[in-house]
Amino acid sequence: MIINHPLLGPRDAAEFIYLGDAALIDRPDWQAEDAAEQFHAYGYLRDNVAGPMQELWYHEQGDRSWLVVTRDTLTHEITNVELARDVARNRGRSV
Amino acid sequence: MRYSALRILKEGLTGNKGWKPVWREPDPKPEYDIIIIGGGGHGLATAYYLAKTYGIKNIAVLEKGWIGGGNVGRNTTIIRSNYMLPGNEPFYELSLKLWEGLEQDFNYNAMISQRSILNLVHSDNQRDAFIRRANAMFLAGADAEYATADQLRAELPFLDYDNARFPIKGGLFQRRGGTVRHDAVAWGFARGADAMGVDIIQNCEVTGIDIENGSCRGVQTSRGAIRARKVAMCVAGSSGRVAAMAGMRLPIESHVLQAFVTEGLKPVIPGVITFGAGHFYVSQSDKGGLVFGGDIDGYNSYAQRGNLPVVEDVAEGGMAIMPIIGRARLLRSWGGVMDMSMDGSPFIDRTDIKGLYFNGGWCYGGFKATPASGLCYAHLLAKDTPHEVAREMRLDRFISGHMIDEKGQGNQPNLH
Repeated sequence: MIINHPLLGPRDAAEFIYLGDAALIDRPDWQAEDAAEQFHAYGYLRDNVAGPMQELWYHEQGDRSWLVVTRDTLTHEITNVELARDVARNRGRSV
Repeated sequence: MRYSALRILKEGLTGNKGWKPVWREPDPKPEYDIIIIGGGGHGLATAYYLAKTYGIKNIAVLEKGWIGGGNVGRNTTIIRSNYMLPGNEPFYELSLKLWEGLEQDFNYNAMISQRSILNLVHSDNQRDAFIRRANAMFLAGADAEYATADQLRAELPFLDYDNARFPIKGGLFQRRGGTVRHDAVAWGFARGADAMGVDIIQNCEVTGIDIENGSCRGVQTSRGAIRARKVAMCVAGSSGRVAAMAGMRLPIESHVLQAFVTEGLKPVIPGVITFGAGHFYVSQSDKGGLVFGGDIDGYNSYAQRGNLPVVEDVAEGGMAIMPIIGRARLLRSWGGVMDMSMDGSPFIDRTDIKGLYFNGGWCYGGFKATPASGLCYAHLLAKDTPHEVAREMRLDRFISGHMIDEKGQGNQPNLH
């Protein structure tokens, strides 16, 4: 698989570390009433999508950036790559 | 129809005209006591033990394609019980004991060959950890045997003992481990279950799970609705997709694991050899091919095929520890989809929906578990209480803090 890095261009997926579903960006509120249940779901339960999935890849052997890669788990086709920072900012997760 | 040497002789003398299909192809009935979703090794074993051990015979096994076409048909056929944790080891030792009696039990030649499995040791720390694991195995009634490097040199002279990065210091044998003719396991369980009245329904895809007032009442399929008192999911690899029909999210990710076979060679490797530090394990099939593999690719996939970096990694591991493999030509490779769970251990449990049960999360180790998985799942379905050796394999173990994490990697499925 080739990941088209937004800053560095096409890079071999072997340069990256895979974390998982990009839903991990949306960390629950630790002060919520049901924080324990929310963190159980956040830490342990997965949608495990069959089809296009947004996921977090870390460019360890490159610029150490976190990317949100949209990839089809049925075909391995990659259709979109964004910096995780930009995705998180758009979701109001970061400043 | 029972198989025997006499029967083979008789058929041989009469033109082999007396062999019949070994299971029926029934149409689905409108209702069953139990529906098992998934005609793989575990699903068929579950049906077999439900009928044989627990006397429940009004069962349908629903299979989307043909039986035994998933991971029981695409694995590296290893059986062993060399685990450490009390939530796992008694279960896998029960499985190995069931393997030992399986061919007589279901009267089918599964070519079970207890040719041993060896885990290589490269450091003092690893030796201590392996001996600790051996002691845990003894506690569950399993066998284990530590071999020094000198013993291994005599027995397996072709390994690279003086490898610069991973010199071989010894190894942990389980002599009762070995390999099995994997397809025959599915066929043997199917034949046995069918003979006891279980309906094995192929080309019947489950498209929906009927839940009424919090209870599961049956399934929708490509061949119509079928009702049942209990519905048992048994679709490792596709667990997420099937559970989603019941609105469930699971502590599982689907990952691809690759395996490889070389051309047939004369006998060279007596048992199974694992080189965990180098992501490589190998055995030799009865046809002579070297069957080997390594780690999962590491990203979510339902594609049943992997990528080249892992092919290279596995080949490098093989060349590092066993340089003679370099002269063998690769015949074929394949990828299978694994239920990678959050702690690397499986689930055999009820769900929050009454009458709906779950078996899955086998990671890359489901094949060896087949008989015990079937027996324990059958026990759960028949009695609604977990089998003694599978009682820790619960879906809610992460919220209660009772993970079964052999490797101590935490909730990162691609590291298990």
